[in-house]
Amino acid sequence: MRNIWIICRKELRSYFVSPVGYFLLVMLAVIFGFFFWNALGYFVNMGMEAQMSGEEIPMNLTEQVVRPLLSNLNVIGLFLIPMITMRLFAEEKRSGTIELLATSPIRDYEIIVGKWLAAVLMYAIMLLSTVFDFLYLFKYGNPDLKPLIIGYLGLLLQAGGLLAIGTFISSLTKNQIIAGAGTFGICLLLWVLGWVGQYETATWAQVLTYMSVITHFESFAKGVIDSKDVIFDASVIFLGLFFTGRSMESLRWRS
Amino acid sequence: MITVKGLTKRYAHNTAVDHISFEVQQGQIVGFLGPNGAGKTTTMRMLTCFLTPSGGTATVAGFDILEQPHEVKKHIGYLPELPPVYPEMRTGEYLSFVGQLKGLTGSQLRSRVDYVCERCSVADVRNKLIGKLSKGYRQRVGLAQAIIHNPDVLILDEPTAGLDPKQINETRDLIKSLAGDHTIILSTHILPEVSQTCEQVIIINKGKVVATDSVSNLQNRARSGESVLVEVAGRNGSLDPATVQRRLEQVSGVSRVVYKADGQKHLVFEVESAKDRTIRGDVARAIVESGWDLNELRTAAMSLEEIFLQLTGSEISAEPETVVAAAGGQS
Repeated sequence: MRNIWIICRKELRSYFVSPVGYFLLVMLAVIFGFFFWNALGYFVNMGMEAQMSGEEIPMNLTEQVVRPLLSNLNVIGLFLIPMITMRLFAEEKRSGTIELLATSPIRDYEIIVGKWLAAVLMYAIMLLSTVFDFLYLFKYGNPDLKPLIIGYLGLLLQAGGLLAIGTFISSLTKNQIIAGAGTFGICLLLWVLGWVGQYETATWAQVLTYMSVITHFESFAKGVIDSKDVIFDASVIFLGLFFTGRSMESLRWRS
Repeated sequence: MITVKGLTKRYAHNTAVDHISFEVQQGQIVGFLGPNGAGKTTTMRMLTCFLTPSGGTATVAGFDILEQPHEVKKHIGYLPELPPVYPEMRTGEYLSFVGQLKGLTGSQLRSRVDYVCERCSVADVRNKLIGKLSKGYRQRVGLAQAIIHNPDVLILDEPTAGLDPKQINETRDLIKSLAGDHTIILSTHILPEVSQTCEQVIIINKGKVVATDSVSNLQNRARSGESVLVEVAGRNGSLDPATVQRRLEQVSGVSRVVYKADGQKHLVFEVESAKDRTIRGDVARAIVESGWDLNELRTAAMSLEEIFLQLTGSEISAEPETVVAAAGGQS
């Protein structure tokens, strides 16, 4: 446990001694800020139109602003996750510092979990920057708090899985670009897999839809914790980290 | 301290290390010598449990590298060819991070960081980013990192590679001064490094050990018989080389006399003896008794690089740079 924390702290630090951490933070804050502004503008506009026409249109801040925004945030996350994980192992392999870690009295899983945990914390810090936008909603309206918290929990869980996949891909190469591009490709694929479910109902389509990370975020965004989704995310985390472990072990045979 | 038995590392298309075996006693500095690509780094990586051997095994500090890698790692300090430093960290921070990795905590950690900073002369760059340090400093930070947990065994892969001559000397002195507390294996392809720093030498070529001995024994061994250089001058004026050669050949125990060269007034001969015969006294007497002057008489010892060349064959000739560097340092 102590060793995991040592590695995690070092990784987390390295996000913020280089511009990487700040860059990611600013990028998410700006992009999400725009999404938020847009969504809110649309909502306010709709409300005004409803008043002017005198029609009774159901208006719900949680359903019409928070939920779509959480889904948007999830998609933006897909693009940022590769940038968080690409350097984790690739950089250590390129600069040779992996030899230090691998010859220190510390287990492989401690290195892997430590690095992954740092990535998850980094993502959590990034998510924190989006909380301010939602706080604004609480100042002028009263959305439900519970779906929002559950939505963030879902975001973090799902990112945990994708970050684990990114960690694995980073451990396969010395090249950060390949690690980043590979992770991005997989993230994108896991997002669009669900699309086949829209026109096809065969078993294979259902399997693909089930594998899509977006499918498993829908109920979180509605404020529902479904054990099916939690188990899915937990399995992705476990598999990603497990394969990273295998990949590190193979390093001891190949390099 | 270190026992290596039949250690082997095979890759898909080649065998990097082929059944090597050797032993290192406690407190010794052992030079691991071989041309580039001989398998030095691979062997060291196996000893540090970075690589898993394809065959054979080794014990380091009493622990088996296959059975108890975790224990082995606690007892070794390792400096790979490229110092494993994080450029974005400050020296002090980095050493403290490595100390924690090796299991140090609290006041012990702080005092060890202070100690290694002092010991490896990096105290003055403690608050500098490692990325901004010169190669020499980075190498010393690498050494400091290797000794931070006071390991029994130190494994150093080409610790002086890429340093300037002054830094090389400083690093060598530092390594020598560490010898008392640690057992050290250092790899190199530079010969003077071995004769200057090491007590034992293991010569490895194409993945096989070709010689294991103390540095002085190895030098003696290659000298099959004694070879003496004599410089003779005539008392008054010229001297006929043939006469001198004939006289020298008559000295008992002399197997061969080669007329090397003559200066203005003196002649130089290389006199070789049969095995295990000491001829220097007899040669000197013969010259003096013949009424000539004996200007110089010295043993032509075979240098370490000659032994190295002899043992590793033509491999080294592909690397003229090394030979020149070695010859320069040796003289």
